[in-house]
Amino acid sequence: MISRPRSYAGWVLVPALSILLALLVASVLIIASGVIGRQRELDLLLPLVAYRSLLVGAFGNLRGIANTIVAATPLMLTGLAVGVGLKAGLFNIGATGQVLLGGFAAALVGTQVADAPLFIAVPVAMLGGILAGALAGFIPGFLKAFTGAHEVVTTIMLNALIQLIVSGLVNDIFRVPGFSFARTATVGNAALTGFGGTTIHLGAIFAFVCIPLSYWLLWRTTVGFEIRAVGANPTAALYAGMHPRRMMILTMSLCGAFAGLAGAIEILRLGYYPAVFGTSIGFDGITVALLGRADPVGILFSALLLGAMRAGAPLMQIEARVPVEIIDVIQGVILIFLAAEIVVRRIFRLRTTPEAGELQTITRTYGEKVVG
Amino acid sequence: MDALLDIPVLGFILQFLVYLVNVIVNGHIAPIILGLATPIALGALCGVLNERSGVVNIGIEGMMLFSAYIAFMIALLVHQAFPAEPSSVFGTTPALIMGVIAAIAAGVLISLLHAWLSISVRADQIISGTIINITALGLTSYLNRLIQPFDSAGTFESFRPPAALVNLPGIGWLFEMFTAVGPIAMSVIVFVVIVQILLFRSRWGLRTRAVGEHPKAADTVGINVIRLRYRNVLMGGVFAGLAGAYLTLEATGSFQNNMTAGRGFIALAAMIFGRWTPLGAFGGALLFMASQAIGVAIRLAPPASDLGAFLAGIQQTYPSMYNNFFTGLPYLLTIIVLAGVVGRSIPPAADGKPYEKESST
Amino acid sequence: MSGPESAPPRLQMRGITKRYPGVIANNKIDLDVKAGEIHALLGENGAGKTTLMNVLFGLARPDEGEILLDGEPVQITDPADAIARGIGMVHQHFMLIPVLTVAENILLGAETMANSIFLDRREARRRIIELGKRFGFEIDPDARVENLSVGWQQRVEILKALYRQASILVLDEPTAVLTPQETVEVFAVLRRLAAEGHSIIFISHKLYEVLEIADRITVIRRGEVVGTRLPSETNEDDLAELMVGREVQLAVERGTSNPSEPVLTVEDLRVRSDRGQEVVRGVSFAVRAGEILGIAGVAGNGQDELVEAITGLRRSIGGTVHLAGQNITAWSVRERREHGLGYVPGDRQKYGLVLGFTVSDNLVLTRYYNRPFARGIQRADAAIEEWARGKIKEFDIRTPSWAVPAGTLSGGNQQKVIVAREFTPDLKVLVLDQPTRGLDVGSIEFIHKQAIGTRDAGTGILLISAELDEILELCDRIAVMYRGEIVALVDGRPTANKEEIGLLMATGGRVPAEGPPTDTSGQVETAPDTSVRGGTS
Repeated sequence: MISRPRSYAGWVLVPALSILLALLVASVLIIASGVIGRQRELDLLLPLVAYRSLLVGAFGNLRGIANTIVAATPLMLTGLAVGVGLKAGLFNIGATGQVLLGGFAAALVGTQVADAPLFIAVPVAMLGGILAGALAGFIPGFLKAFTGAHEVVTTIMLNALIQLIVSGLVNDIFRVPGFSFARTATVGNAALTGFGGTTIHLGAIFAFVCIPLSYWLLWRTTVGFEIRAVGANPTAALYAGMHPRRMMILTMSLCGAFAGLAGAIEILRLGYYPAVFGTSIGFDGITVALLGRADPVGILFSALLLGAMRAGAPLMQIEARVPVEIIDVIQGVILIFLAAEIVVRRIFRLRTTPEAGELQTITRTYGEKVVG
Repeated sequence: MDALLDIPVLGFILQFLVYLVNVIVNGHIAPIILGLATPIALGALCGVLNERSGVVNIGIEGMMLFSAYIAFMIALLVHQAFPAEPSSVFGTTPALIMGVIAAIAAGVLISLLHAWLSISVRADQIISGTIINITALGLTSYLNRLIQPFDSAGTFESFRPPAALVNLPGIGWLFEMFTAVGPIAMSVIVFVVIVQILLFRSRWGLRTRAVGEHPKAADTVGINVIRLRYRNVLMGGVFAGLAGAYLTLEATGSFQNNMTAGRGFIALAAMIFGRWTPLGAFGGALLFMASQAIGVAIRLAPPASDLGAFLAGIQQTYPSMYNNFFTGLPYLLTIIVLAGVVGRSIPPAADGKPYEKESST
Repeated sequence: MSGPESAPPRLQMRGITKRYPGVIANNKIDLDVKAGEIHALLGENGAGKTTLMNVLFGLARPDEGEILLDGEPVQITDPADAIARGIGMVHQHFMLIPVLTVAENILLGAETMANSIFLDRREARRRIIELGKRFGFEIDPDARVENLSVGWQQRVEILKALYRQASILVLDEPTAVLTPQETVEVFAVLRRLAAEGHSIIFISHKLYEVLEIADRITVIRRGEVVGTRLPSETNEDDLAELMVGREVQLAVERGTSNPSEPVLTVEDLRVRSDRGQEVVRGVSFAVRAGEILGIAGVAGNGQDELVEAITGLRRSIGGTVHLAGQNITAWSVRERREHGLGYVPGDRQKYGLVLGFTVSDNLVLTRYYNRPFARGIQRADAAIEEWARGKIKEFDIRTPSWAVPAGTLSGGNQQKVIVAREFTPDLKVLVLDQPTRGLDVGSIEFIHKQAIGTRDAGTGILLISAELDEILELCDRIAVMYRGEIVALVDGRPTANKEEIGLLMATGGRVPAEGPPTDTSGQVETAPDTSVRGGTS
């Protein structure tokens, strides 16, 4: 999607059908889980039971809806972290590391402003996370721009490195006594607490603001025009007097900032940084971005969808005894169908032509030095 | 000599180099290096086969992970159904053999998905690879949670070379490196040499290189570009599968979620480091993983003198960071190599570009 | 054609029809080629010559018609099949792999094997050398193709076909990339092949060449055969009329130029290529306001790097560039543009357009950040739209609307988008790099007229073209570039001598190895010819 979508109806069709197909494929695995799991019985209706509890868990009551929104909040941000990059022809699969560094920085800043008033403490801690995330994005952006090292490999390596560095720091330096596991001190007033008895917190507002903000940036500003031009044709951008290298670094830093904010939100919700902090929001961001076609509006909806799955999965595991990891499988299968758009079109006999899009532009810069 | 070693900083570096040479020659860590390098080298072979014919494969990681899981589970199932005593050669059991075969089949199967997406559907190859990584991680985690095996089919055993050979002064460590290892690790050097020779001397190799550089030219002399690419990607799957089998059936004997831990990506860096040649990639793999092995070596045989005291001091004060440093070295080296080598070593010209026969004009 | 008692022609194509959505590329084409004949296929770009040859080579399946070899009808399904039947093709864009050696390129697909797995490289090398000698040249089988000149690369292509024992050889626009001297050498090889009984199909749109080399000429227009001639019975005017369908004026009205002060001055410019070699070695020239300066040269003699250094896409390592008196050597692309430098790039899809962007976005690609197209960092979509509508009308860009992606336009209209963007009234210097490559006659004419109009409005134009004819047609002065240097600077027509410039392009004015330097075409023709014969005796 380089030019704006001509109609959203045609534009959501393939993603929607991919989801449908993925749920069908997952049904087979769920039935299999009944057979080889603890129940040891063939239950053809198990997928229906599972999907029903998934729905109930996500939307069945106010608490479920709140959980869905809370789960979707960081996913919008990591979705943007991947999606905005795709617009510039960059495939940022380093959101995981950017989340960790952002969260860690937010925790450190948070402990410093733990006693400040809430409306100062929270934004300051978040800013710490944003800056740290931007730094984590800057590094692969810089390496890509000036050495040609492809961001897919460098960001994956950075994910591992950041995890090792941060856990080392927490264990050896920032650990506070009095707990059975290594963690940092509490962030006090910088913590994100729920409103009105639900889990919904201030961070959701930040995430919801980022969606229209990035839409405006990409489509209504000259900077967005440059980002998209560099992504669509870096040599033509250079010829037109733009600075592809600068834009790559800027975009990767921006992506990192989104992911860093996501990490900050997750950590401030927790109130401290644990040395072993596992989170799937970084990788989920890839699914969110690809499913949302790297468009802010699409990212909003796919983040809500994936958030609902994450929020509803625990109930599904209790009621249908289907492991929550099925969500990861569903994601993968959705992506396979998305990539194989041709197949989806053939199955449903769609006539509309596929739009040329990011799904075909990333590999071009593999192993090449960047121009300009 | 001693005076030299007492110079600040430089003396430290010298001490460290002396220690390094010593530990590699006499410290019996050479087989450990080869062991660590085995999945990297096999993954890099997969990458070479793919990229030489023009297909970028970021999904090696996922192929390895899925194969590792399948290898483990199939071996376990066979082991439970037909328990057998390990044979005297490599501790081989029917279960382990079946596990390896299953892993190769799994690697080929996932490669087929990648081949189809990137060659036939002409999806973006990096996204296709990433999707494979995500799916493999999700699927293996799901199945691992579902089944939760507490048993294991065991592992292959390392060969025990005659002590006389290993203790040969000066070169004994080389013999030890390539013989005091399990069967998969031992096979790596064979595969590397075979692929190297075939790539540059055989008809298949010539056609592979041609298709990776200029598929249209190959097409006009009657070479079936699509079929050749499929064949190479599937053959790559054999090596990725073998790498997976190594992880669960030779190195550890168990499966953990995400146990590949980025090895597929380090393999890509080794391939680039080796300029898309099997021998070069193997060298890269050894170099990358030697850095991790040094951590092991220091644990096993801490250096004497003030270097040892220095390291021990760090380990005392910052135990976690000290360990993570050595674990992280291959990742750091990967980034450094990519940043330093890309642009100077040129990938096959058609790498990552789907081939489409022109239908008009 | 031939009587019933004589042997059937080596190749007959009967009633070949090939339709593509919306066009009939070939309509009931008949063509026959005898053994030992050089048969020219003459037609404009897009007339259907390449389609016909793709049908012959199995790259396209005809909708109707049949192909006969030695009188036997055959079905040619793919290139491998065509090769097996003795058909060889030298494509317009060489199908060679630069990083492989000559031997590897020739072997590919027709490998000489030592056993079922390994190549027999020694035997292959021996056969290649032998084959080369038979046709008059000595070739190093171990040379990398990327290090060979274009003329030698073409010989490798011909060897590739001969190695496969092709008896019918198709050459698609073989001289497009050659200097006149290289052309003469290739012609000698072709004559020798024909003398040995090979059938040669020679595709071209250059009239004089066809008259020189062909035994028979078949002219195609809009997918149909419009006539077959013997060279002895026809002339350039007759062929041109057949080819284009009306009496054509072979050159545009250039008029006289009124050059004034220099607006672009290049002094002792040195530039390195991507591989780090110095490929522009101390180039100096000046373009004056109101003139067109052409840079002639065989592709790959440093023109690309020179243009990139002038436009700011590439850093130079020495020398200066002045634009209207200001030293712009260290300026960015944008600064140069803002001071009146326009640039139509050689590769329009790589540099000139973002194909996925709308026509309107492409029309503001170089000035999107200025008023009225932007206020601050916010885009002003209404102003962009209005500007685009105006340009589409002014330059007659055929597009359904300003909002469709530029990639959906035809090549000629894509180039018009670039021209509309770059040809602005306030320009001081306009760099045109291969501005008409691959375009149809109408678009070429349009762009040539625009260029002359811009010149007459007082802009200095630098034209780089591999087509010597285009240079001669448009330029007031001509600089010849050879191995990174300007080896000559001459006045344009009527003073300019095509053969002289061609020789300079090929040799840089130094004594060529094959024979003495010459001024007249007659002598040039004989010199390499003798050397070719000499090589075989």
